[in-house]
Amino acid sequence: MPKGLLGTKVGMTQIFNDNGEVIPVTVVKAGPCKVLQKRTLELDGYNAIQVGFCEVKKHRVNKPKMGLFEKAGTAPYKHIREFPVDNPDDYEIGQEIKVDLFSEGDMIDVVGISKGKGFAGAIKRHGFSRGPASHGSRHHRRTGALGAKGPGRVFKGHKMPGHMGVEKVTVQNLEIVKTDMDKDLLLIKGSVPGPRKGLVTIKKAVKAKH
Amino acid sequence: MDYIKAVEEEYTKKESGDFRVGDTVKVSVKVVEGTRERIQIFEGTVIKRQGRGIGETFTVRRVSYGVAVERTFPVHSPRIENVQVVRRGRVRRAKLYYLRDRVGKSARVRSRDY
Repeated sequence: MPKGLLGTKVGMTQIFNDNGEVIPVTVVKAGPCKVLQKRTLELDGYNAIQVGFCEVKKHRVNKPKMGLFEKAGTAPYKHIREFPVDNPDDYEIGQEIKVDLFSEGDMIDVVGISKGKGFAGAIKRHGFSRGPASHGSRHHRRTGALGAKGPGRVFKGHKMPGHMGVEKVTVQNLEIVKTDMDKDLLLIKGSVPGPRKGLVTIKKAVKAKH
Repeated sequence: MDYIKAVEEEYTKKESGDFRVGDTVKVSVKVVEGTRERIQIFEGTVIKRQGRGIGETFTVRRVSYGVAVERTFPVHSPRIENVQVVRRGRVRRAKLYYLRDRVGKSARVRSRDY
Protein backbone atom coordinates (compact mmCIF):
# COMPACT_ATOMS: atom_id res chain seq x y z
CA MET A 1 0.00 0.00 0.00
CA PRO A 2 1.21 3.54 -0.59
CA LYS A 3 2.09 5.45 2.51
CA GLY A 4 -0.01 8.51 1.89
CA LEU A 5 -3.10 10.26 0.67
CA LEU A 6 -3.97 13.83 -0.24
CA GLY A 7 -6.94 15.68 1.17
CA THR A 8 -8.43 19.00 2.13
CA LYS A 9 -9.17 20.15 5.64
CA VAL A 10 -12.90 20.58 6.18
CA GLY A 11 -12.86 21.85 9.76
CA MET A 12 -13.00 20.78 13.37
CA THR A 13 -15.76 19.44 15.56
CA GLN A 14 -16.12 16.92 18.36
CA ILE A 15 -17.56 13.45 18.68
CA PHE A 16 -18.23 11.02 21.52
CA ASN A 17 -16.42 7.71 21.79
CA ASP A 18 -17.85 4.48 23.16
CA ASN A 19 -17.10 5.54 26.73
CA GLY A 20 -19.00 8.77 26.22
CA GLU A 21 -15.82 10.84 26.26
CA VAL A 22 -15.54 13.88 24.04
CA ILE A 23 -12.91 13.56 21.30
CA PRO A 24 -11.85 16.69 19.38
CA VAL A 25 -11.55 15.79 15.72
CA THR A 26 -10.50 17.40 12.46
CA VAL A 27 -12.60 16.39 9.48
CA VAL A 28 -10.49 15.85 6.36
CA LYS A 29 -11.91 15.07 2.95
CA ALA A 30 -9.24 12.74 1.67
CA GLY A 31 -9.01 11.37 -1.81
CA PRO A 32 -9.91 9.82 -4.09
CA CYS A 33 -6.45 10.17 -5.61
CA LYS A 34 -5.70 8.82 -9.09
CA VAL A 35 -2.40 7.19 -9.95
CA LEU A 36 -0.83 9.23 -12.77
CA GLN A 37 2.64 7.84 -13.12
CA LYS A 38 4.94 5.20 -11.73
CA ARG A 39 8.54 5.70 -10.68
CA THR A 40 10.65 2.58 -10.84
CA LEU A 41 14.09 1.79 -9.51
CA GLU A 42 15.42 0.93 -12.97
CA LEU A 43 14.15 4.04 -14.67
CA ASP A 44 14.12 6.70 -11.99
CA GLY A 45 16.31 5.34 -9.25
CA TYR A 46 13.49 5.02 -6.72
CA ASN A 47 10.13 3.35 -6.33
CA ALA A 48 7.09 5.60 -6.05
CA ILE A 49 3.71 6.37 -7.46
CA GLN A 50 2.59 9.79 -8.55
CA VAL A 51 -0.97 10.69 -7.67
CA GLY A 52 -3.30 13.53 -8.55
CA PHE A 53 -5.95 15.05 -6.32
CA CYS A 54 -8.79 17.55 -6.76
CA GLU A 55 -10.12 17.64 -10.31
CA VAL A 56 -9.96 20.92 -12.20
CA LYS A 57 -11.25 22.24 -15.50
CA LYS A 58 -9.13 21.60 -18.57
CA HIS A 59 -8.39 25.23 -19.33
CA ARG A 60 -6.83 25.74 -15.90
CA VAL A 61 -3.98 23.34 -16.63
CA ASN A 62 -0.94 24.26 -18.71
CA LYS A 63 0.14 22.24 -21.74
CA PRO A 64 3.06 20.28 -20.22
CA LYS A 65 0.91 19.11 -17.34
CA MET A 66 -2.00 18.33 -19.67
CA GLY A 67 0.33 15.98 -21.51
CA LEU A 68 0.86 14.04 -18.30
CA PHE A 69 -2.87 13.72 -17.69
CA GLU A 70 -3.56 12.72 -21.28
CA LYS A 71 -0.92 10.05 -21.07
CA ALA A 72 -2.47 8.69 -17.90
CA GLY A 73 -5.92 8.97 -19.45
CA THR A 74 -7.34 10.81 -16.46
CA ALA A 75 -9.00 14.15 -15.81
CA PRO A 76 -6.66 17.02 -14.95
CA TYR A 77 -5.87 17.47 -11.27
CA LYS A 78 -4.89 20.47 -9.22
CA HIS A 79 -2.35 18.79 -6.99
CA ILE A 80 0.26 16.20 -7.91
CA ARG A 81 2.37 14.41 -5.31
CA GLU A 82 4.58 11.33 -5.15
CA PHE A 83 4.45 8.68 -2.48
CA PRO A 84 7.12 6.03 -2.05
CA VAL A 85 5.95 2.44 -2.44
CA ASP A 86 7.72 -0.90 -2.22
CA ASN A 87 6.55 -2.19 -5.56
CA PRO A 88 5.11 0.15 -8.21
CA ASP A 89 3.92 -2.83 -10.25
CA ASP A 90 1.12 -3.33 -7.73
CA TYR A 91 -0.54 -0.23 -9.12
CA GLU A 92 -2.10 0.60 -12.42
CA ILE A 93 -2.20 4.01 -13.96
CA GLY A 94 -5.62 5.49 -13.40
CA GLN A 95 -6.19 3.43 -10.26
CA GLU A 96 -8.06 5.17 -7.44
CA ILE A 97 -6.64 5.42 -3.95
CA LYS A 98 -9.26 6.10 -1.32
CA VAL A 99 -9.64 6.47 2.42
CA ASP A 100 -9.82 2.70 2.90
CA LEU A 101 -6.04 2.96 2.89
CA PHE A 102 -6.43 3.82 6.55
CA SER A 103 -8.50 2.22 9.25
CA GLU A 104 -9.66 3.31 12.67
CA GLY A 105 -6.89 3.48 15.22
CA ASP A 106 -4.10 3.99 12.69
CA MET A 107 -1.38 6.45 13.60
CA ILE A 108 -0.60 9.07 10.97
CA ASP A 109 1.49 12.14 10.27
CA VAL A 110 -0.24 15.11 8.67
CA VAL A 111 1.59 17.68 6.55
CA GLY A 112 0.03 21.02 5.75
CA ILE A 113 0.80 24.65 5.07
CA SER A 114 0.27 26.61 8.28
CA LYS A 115 -1.99 29.65 8.52
CA GLY A 116 -0.30 32.96 7.78
CA LYS A 117 0.26 35.24 10.77
CA GLY A 118 1.89 38.13 8.89
CA PHE A 119 4.77 40.03 10.46
CA ALA A 120 4.82 38.71 14.01
CA GLY A 121 6.79 39.81 17.03
CA ALA A 122 9.22 37.63 18.96
CA ILE A 123 6.68 36.72 21.64
CA LYS A 124 4.25 35.19 19.19
CA ARG A 125 6.84 33.87 16.75
CA HIS A 126 9.39 32.35 19.13
CA GLY A 127 7.59 32.20 22.46
CA PHE A 128 9.70 34.87 24.16
CA SER A 129 8.58 36.23 27.52
CA ARG A 130 7.07 39.65 27.69
CA GLY A 131 8.32 42.53 29.81
CA PRO A 132 6.42 44.09 32.71
CA ALA A 133 3.29 45.99 31.76
CA SER A 134 3.87 48.80 34.25
CA HIS A 135 6.47 50.41 36.54
CA GLY A 136 7.92 52.37 33.63
CA SER A 137 10.04 49.64 32.11
CA ARG A 138 8.97 50.50 28.54
CA HIS A 139 9.97 46.96 27.68
CA HIS A 140 6.58 45.46 26.90
CA ARG A 141 6.81 43.08 23.93
CA ARG A 142 10.39 43.75 22.87
CA THR A 143 12.89 41.20 21.68
CA GLY A 144 15.54 41.84 24.31
CA ALA A 145 19.28 41.61 23.81
CA LEU A 146 20.59 40.44 20.45
CA GLY A 147 23.96 39.24 21.66
CA ALA A 148 27.16 40.10 23.45
CA LYS A 149 29.43 43.05 22.73
CA GLY A 150 32.25 40.64 21.98
CA PRO A 151 31.61 39.52 18.43
CA GLY A 152 30.42 42.96 17.49
CA ARG A 153 27.65 41.56 15.33
CA VAL A 154 24.44 39.60 15.56
CA PHE A 155 24.79 35.90 14.85
CA LYS A 156 22.99 34.44 11.86
CA GLY A 157 19.66 32.83 12.58
CA HIS A 158 19.06 34.90 15.71
CA LYS A 159 15.40 34.75 16.72
CA MET A 160 13.80 38.05 15.84
CA PRO A 161 10.43 39.40 14.69
CA GLY A 162 9.49 38.59 11.12
CA HIS A 163 7.08 36.77 8.89
CA MET A 164 5.31 33.87 10.56
CA GLY A 165 3.18 31.09 9.13
CA VAL A 166 2.58 29.88 5.56
CA GLU A 167 5.23 27.22 5.94
CA LYS A 168 5.23 23.47 5.72
CA VAL A 169 4.33 21.94 9.07
CA THR A 170 4.18 18.27 9.97
CA VAL A 171 2.22 17.04 12.96
CA GLN A 172 3.26 13.56 13.99
CA ASN A 173 1.41 10.70 15.61
CA LEU A 174 -2.20 11.68 15.18
CA GLU A 175 -4.82 9.00 15.51
CA ILE A 176 -7.53 8.21 13.02
CA VAL A 177 -10.75 8.09 14.98
CA LYS A 178 -13.05 7.17 12.14
CA THR A 179 -13.21 6.75 8.39
CA ASP A 180 -16.21 7.34 6.18
CA MET A 181 -15.96 5.51 2.87
CA ASP A 182 -19.12 6.95 1.31
CA LYS A 183 -18.15 10.58 1.83
CA ASP A 184 -14.36 10.07 1.63
CA LEU A 185 -13.90 11.51 5.11
CA LEU A 186 -11.24 10.92 7.71
CA LEU A 187 -11.76 11.99 11.31
CA ILE A 188 -8.39 12.73 12.85
CA LYS A 189 -7.95 13.25 16.57
CA GLY A 190 -6.67 16.73 17.36
CA SER A 191 -5.76 19.60 15.12
CA VAL A 192 -4.11 19.68 11.74
CA PRO A 193 -2.02 22.51 10.21
CA GLY A 194 -3.51 24.93 7.73
CA PRO A 195 -6.72 26.76 7.01
CA ARG A 196 -10.01 25.18 6.03
CA LYS A 197 -9.96 23.97 2.42
CA GLY A 198 -6.16 23.79 2.71
CA LEU A 199 -4.29 20.87 1.19
CA VAL A 200 -3.05 18.28 3.66
CA THR A 201 -0.96 15.19 3.09
CA ILE A 202 -1.74 12.22 5.28
CA LYS A 203 1.02 9.68 5.74
CA LYS A 204 1.55 6.60 7.86
CA ALA A 205 3.24 7.71 11.05
CA VAL A 206 7.01 7.50 10.90
CA LYS A 207 7.46 7.17 14.64
CA ALA A 208 4.42 5.06 15.47
CA LYS A 209 5.03 2.10 17.76
CA HIS A 210 3.68 -1.12 16.37
CA MET B 1 -22.27 19.59 1.10
CA ASP B 2 -21.68 20.31 4.74
CA TYR B 3 -19.47 17.49 5.91
CA ILE B 4 -19.10 18.80 9.44
CA LYS B 5 -22.86 18.74 9.86
CA ALA B 6 -23.01 15.23 8.48
CA VAL B 7 -20.41 14.06 11.00
CA GLU B 8 -22.07 15.80 13.92
CA GLU B 9 -25.51 14.55 13.05
CA GLU B 10 -24.55 11.01 13.90
CA TYR B 11 -23.57 11.98 17.44
CA THR B 12 -26.27 14.55 18.14
CA LYS B 13 -29.42 13.61 20.01
CA LYS B 14 -32.71 14.45 18.33
CA GLU B 15 -33.87 16.57 21.23
CA SER B 16 -31.55 18.72 23.27
CA GLY B 17 -33.69 18.51 26.40
CA ASP B 18 -36.60 20.68 27.42
CA PHE B 19 -35.03 22.48 30.36
CA ARG B 20 -33.74 25.96 31.02
CA VAL B 21 -31.46 27.80 33.37
CA GLY B 22 -33.07 27.93 36.81
CA ASP B 23 -34.88 24.64 36.50
CA THR B 24 -34.33 21.91 39.04
CA VAL B 25 -33.47 18.73 37.16
CA LYS B 26 -32.66 15.09 37.74
CA VAL B 27 -29.86 14.00 35.44
CA SER B 28 -29.55 10.26 34.88
CA VAL B 29 -25.89 9.52 34.25
CA LYS B 30 -24.57 6.15 33.17
CA VAL B 31 -21.68 5.12 35.39
CA VAL B 32 -19.40 2.19 34.66
CA GLU B 33 -18.16 0.39 37.77
CA GLY B 34 -15.73 -2.29 36.77
CA THR B 35 -17.75 -4.26 34.29
CA ARG B 36 -21.16 -3.27 35.58
CA GLU B 37 -23.06 -0.30 34.28
CA ARG B 38 -25.58 1.51 36.41
CA ILE B 39 -27.46 4.77 36.41
CA GLN B 40 -26.63 7.50 38.87
CA ILE B 41 -28.93 10.42 39.48
CA PHE B 42 -27.60 13.91 39.99
CA GLU B 43 -30.24 16.39 41.11
CA GLY B 44 -29.79 20.13 41.30
CA THR B 45 -30.35 23.54 39.78
CA VAL B 46 -29.24 24.29 36.23
CA ILE B 47 -27.02 27.36 36.59
CA LYS B 48 -25.67 27.53 33.07
CA ARG B 49 -26.39 26.34 29.57
CA GLN B 50 -23.65 27.10 27.13
CA GLY B 51 -22.61 26.40 23.55
CA ARG B 52 -24.43 25.29 20.45
CA GLY B 53 -24.80 22.12 18.47
CA ILE B 54 -22.84 19.08 19.54
CA GLY B 55 -20.67 21.11 21.91
CA GLU B 56 -23.55 22.33 24.06
CA THR B 57 -23.13 21.77 27.80
CA PHE B 58 -25.08 22.51 30.96
CA THR B 59 -24.00 22.85 34.56
CA VAL B 60 -26.00 21.55 37.50
CA ARG B 61 -25.36 22.77 41.04
CA ARG B 62 -26.43 20.99 44.17
CA VAL B 63 -25.60 21.39 47.82
CA SER B 64 -25.33 18.13 49.72
CA TYR B 65 -24.35 17.99 53.38
CA GLY B 66 -23.18 21.59 53.20
CA VAL B 67 -20.82 20.97 50.32
CA ALA B 68 -21.70 22.46 46.97
CA VAL B 69 -21.09 20.31 43.91
CA GLU B 70 -21.26 21.55 40.35
CA ARG B 71 -21.16 19.12 37.47
CA THR B 72 -21.04 20.03 33.81
CA PHE B 73 -22.51 17.63 31.28
CA PRO B 74 -22.46 17.70 27.48
CA VAL B 75 -26.10 17.83 26.36
CA HIS B 76 -25.52 15.26 23.63
CA SER B 77 -23.35 12.89 25.65
CA PRO B 78 -24.38 9.24 25.27
CA ARG B 79 -23.70 8.89 29.00
CA ILE B 80 -26.65 11.11 29.80
CA GLU B 81 -29.66 8.84 29.81
CA ASN B 82 -32.19 11.62 30.29
CA VAL B 83 -32.79 14.92 32.01
CA GLN B 84 -35.98 15.09 34.01
CA VAL B 85 -37.34 18.45 35.09
CA VAL B 86 -38.46 18.42 38.72
CA ARG B 87 -39.37 22.08 39.01
CA ARG B 88 -39.39 25.00 36.59
CA GLY B 89 -37.60 28.09 37.85
CA ARG B 90 -38.14 31.75 37.06
CA VAL B 91 -34.83 33.56 36.67
CA ARG B 92 -33.77 36.87 35.18
CA ARG B 93 -30.32 36.00 33.94
CA ALA B 94 -28.66 33.38 31.76
CA LYS B 95 -25.96 32.35 34.21
CA LEU B 96 -26.82 31.86 37.87
CA TYR B 97 -23.32 32.31 39.24
CA TYR B 98 -24.72 34.45 42.06
CA LEU B 99 -26.03 31.28 43.70
CA ARG B 100 -22.44 30.38 44.54
CA ASP B 101 -22.16 33.27 46.97
CA ARG B 102 -25.42 32.48 48.69
CA VAL B 103 -26.52 29.94 51.25
CA GLY B 104 -29.84 28.98 52.74
CA LYS B 105 -33.01 30.84 51.88
CA SER B 106 -31.45 33.34 49.52
CA ALA B 107 -29.97 30.57 47.39
CA ARG B 108 -33.39 29.55 46.14
CA VAL B 109 -34.85 30.08 42.67
CA ARG B 110 -38.42 31.27 42.29
CA SER B 111 -40.82 28.81 40.74
CA ARG B 112 -42.14 29.43 37.24
CA ASP B 113 -45.80 28.74 36.48
CA TYR B 114 -47.44 28.34 33.14
